[in-house]
Amino acid sequence: MSLVQVMFYVMSFVVLGSALMVAISKNLVRSIFMFFITLFGLAGLYVLALADFVAVTQIVIYVGGILVLILFAFMLSGKEALAAVEQQKNRFISLHNLPAFILAALFLVVMVNVIFKADIAGLPWIKAAKDAGNIIPVNESGINNIGINLMTRYLLPFEAISVLLMIALVGAAHLSRKEGNNP
Amino acid sequence: MITLQHFMLVSALLFCIGLFIIVSKKNAIQILIGIELMLNAAILNLVAFGRYDRINNGGQMFALFAIVLAAATTAVALAIILNVYRRYKTIDADKINQLKD
Repeated sequence: MSLVQVMFYVMSFVVLGSALMVAISKNLVRSIFMFFITLFGLAGLYVLALADFVAVTQIVIYVGGILVLILFAFMLSGKEALAAVEQQKNRFISLHNLPAFILAALFLVVMVNVIFKADIAGLPWIKAAKDAGNIIPVNESGINNIGINLMTRYLLPFEAISVLLMIALVGAAHLSRKEGNNP
Repeated sequence: MITLQHFMLVSALLFCIGLFIIVSKKNAIQILIGIELMLNAAILNLVAFGRYDRINNGGQMFALFAIVLAAATTAVALAIILNVYRRYKTIDADKINQLKD
């Protein structure tokens, strides 16, 4: 077993374990910080999938932006949320969330079946990419290529998503404004 | 090297954990965390397949776009959650059952 495989198993264990802790934990703050660990582990998995730039973006946007937003929203929504969460007694598999557990388990069975039956390594386009040498090599940084592609081939989606992001942020600022100032 | 199947299995597990969180939790913020987990599972698949597209970088590009979209979604959703809290004084998704005051 090579070092890369060991790293992969450690990373996926961290990701899945902390995601499970998010699901189990009764304390909201603890589950938010477990989510933090999940995001870091996912960034490690992206590095192992040879996507360095996506990993760094994941850390900057998710860990730096989204998590801070979630923490702010949690603190602004007061103590009662915390008290309400502490009150409800949810063990992992209680009668209360048995339907959710069954749903998730069945969904997992279906997805695992699909993954094993799909024969992913034998897909035509992946075979063609392998034959043409169109695979990202381990010892090369693809960031150069990403920048060039972003400004040429994917320019229209890039502009569209920047406009969409601005609209969403203006809308969020408008929604969270205090009411009653100007009706 | 790690095969695609490994990545897809991790992604499927993560997706199902996210689904479990969405269905079983009551707090709106925890539901949002579940949605983020499912989005991340999808992004992991995009990145894993993006390895086989060196010239066009399709998978990694769409992973980046999905991350940005997730940021926008979270901002709007948290604004809505704050508004709901201001009006109902709770963010328990079971107790928010009125459209008007």
